[in-house]
Amino acid sequence: MSVGWEPVIGIEVHVELATQSKMFCGCAVSFGEAPNTNVCPTCLALPGALPVTNGKAIEWIIKIGLALHCEISEWSVFHRKNYFYADLPKNYQISQYDVPVCHDGWLDIDVDGETARIGIERAHQEEDTGKSLHMGEGGRIHAATETLLDFNRAGVPLVEVVSKPDIRSAAQARAYAQTLRQVIAELGVSDARLEEGSIRFDANISVRQGPDAEFGTKVEIKNMNSFRSLEKAVDFEIKRQIAELEAEGTIIQETRHWDEEAAVTTSMRTKEGSSDYRYFTEPDLVPLVVTPEWREHILSTLPELPHQRKDRYLALGVDTQTALALSSADTALRSLFEDTVGAGADAKAAANWITGEVVAWMRRESVDTIDVDSASVAEMIGMIDANELSASAAKEVLDGILRGEGTARAVAESRDLIQMTDTGAIESAVDSVLADNPDAVERYRAGEQKVVGFLVGQVMRATQGKADPKAVNGLLREKLS
Amino acid sequence: MDRSTLLPMPIDIDIAHVARLARLDLPEDELDTLRSQLSAILEHAAKVQSLDTEGVEPSNHPLGFVNAFREDVVTGSLDRDEVLAMAPEARDGYFAAPPAMSQE
Ligand SMILES: [Zn+2]
Repeated sequence: MSVGWEPVIGIEVHVELATQSKMFCGCAVSFGEAPNTNVCPTCLALPGALPVTNGKAIEWIIKIGLALHCEISEWSVFHRKNYFYADLPKNYQISQYDVPVCHDGWLDIDVDGETARIGIERAHQEEDTGKSLHMGEGGRIHAATETLLDFNRAGVPLVEVVSKPDIRSAAQARAYAQTLRQVIAELGVSDARLEEGSIRFDANISVRQGPDAEFGTKVEIKNMNSFRSLEKAVDFEIKRQIAELEAEGTIIQETRHWDEEAAVTTSMRTKEGSSDYRYFTEPDLVPLVVTPEWREHILSTLPELPHQRKDRYLALGVDTQTALALSSADTALRSLFEDTVGAGADAKAAANWITGEVVAWMRRESVDTIDVDSASVAEMIGMIDANELSASAAKEVLDGILRGEGTARAVAESRDLIQMTDTGAIESAVDSVLADNPDAVERYRAGEQKVVGFLVGQVMRATQGKADPKAVNGLLREKLS
Repeated sequence: MDRSTLLPMPIDIDIAHVARLARLDLPEDELDTLRSQLSAILEHAAKVQSLDTEGVEPSNHPLGFVNAFREDVVTGSLDRDEVLAMAPEARDGYFAAPPAMSQE
């Protein structure tokens, strides 16, 4: 990137809530069912049908808002956002406009060991649209001959979370999206699956010359189906805008589509026209009032969130990078850590073994879940501390534990891995190696220091690898001097 | 507050824009008539602005109650064949519509 250009990025996230029923009717919320099987007069907008708000969805958006440190509006209303599109049966979407349920929060993200606080502008409640399939000419929207519509998704509760334009790089954009997804997943309010579209990300991007310059013209980019493609798309768009501006061109305010295969953003070329949504308050729904008691109650149900967990791990003495990895690791690994520490293991060592060797083992064995006795892991760490296991022997013990061969001590014994701690036995092995290798002793005394490595090797062989190499090394040097 | 500035003013309407937003295909020769009729309606509605509302609580809904929620339970859906029978076109369980780009 040329010197002086600063990207300014805001991200809009749409989260489908995993309630049992839809936002304003009693149809089931269910992914992957036969088309148009979860539809009723309300979500199909048949004449006379009226919406009734799903209270669970409101509870959950408040939960999301609180997890994102938002202010919760004591009073808010629904609005109609009017536009015509085939996947929108009412010709308006029930959404919120000037008074969203949640506003002015923040989310901390970590990129390369640095924490950045990203502001949350608002989180509002709305309903999802149906799904359209563009038929003919390979499904390309411009060449379609017919649009097929499935309204199973129409009316599914949708929360839109809008960040402030506080994001400054593609890597931060990705970290923000990943961190937010994790928070949502841990709240248990959404499946939060990118591949199923239950969480979707759009980015607004502009560039400006330095942090004091005015914001440039922003472009919205859509269709990023993974965190990787979000990062690539943002990166591409930043570079495109800079190149355009440096060639004395102009940036047009538009929506661009990320083309994963070509790895470029292309203009959607749709006539946005005047995006005149003619918002007005939804007369079929009454206002929402969140009392301080309700808010407090929901606050008391919030689980520990990744950033809180990270802070707690740091306080236990875990390294920053390990704390970060572990705090966003899956539940099985986290509870293994908690239980191992609970069984008396040193937190830092437990975190390092779990995020390091346990994860590596799972990858090697291609398993995604582990069922492991945390007391054995704690025992193994204790044995390392007591010099009963070398680092490499501990890896073998861990392998045995993960394979269900028994406790750490049982595995260490059956695989014959316990390190010799009897100094008398080590010393006699050292003595006999020195006696058997007078040449080496001579060379060492003549100044050939590296010969000590050979002697350590001999002692290790004599003890079947069970002596602590460090202790052997120290003892040899002592006896040779 | 000086309400004289809120007294009904002639309201100028871009009738073609309004028609486009509502997807109405209005005949050219009726545009002027419709424009003045719609202006008259808006001017009439704007009279409300001139009322003295000092000390009147703003209200958002005539019923005056809040938080009408339903339990999060599935109460069932319609039969698909019945639903699709109402549509002008249906295919393979889907509603069929003209291509999205031509709907603009
Ligand atoms: Zn329904």
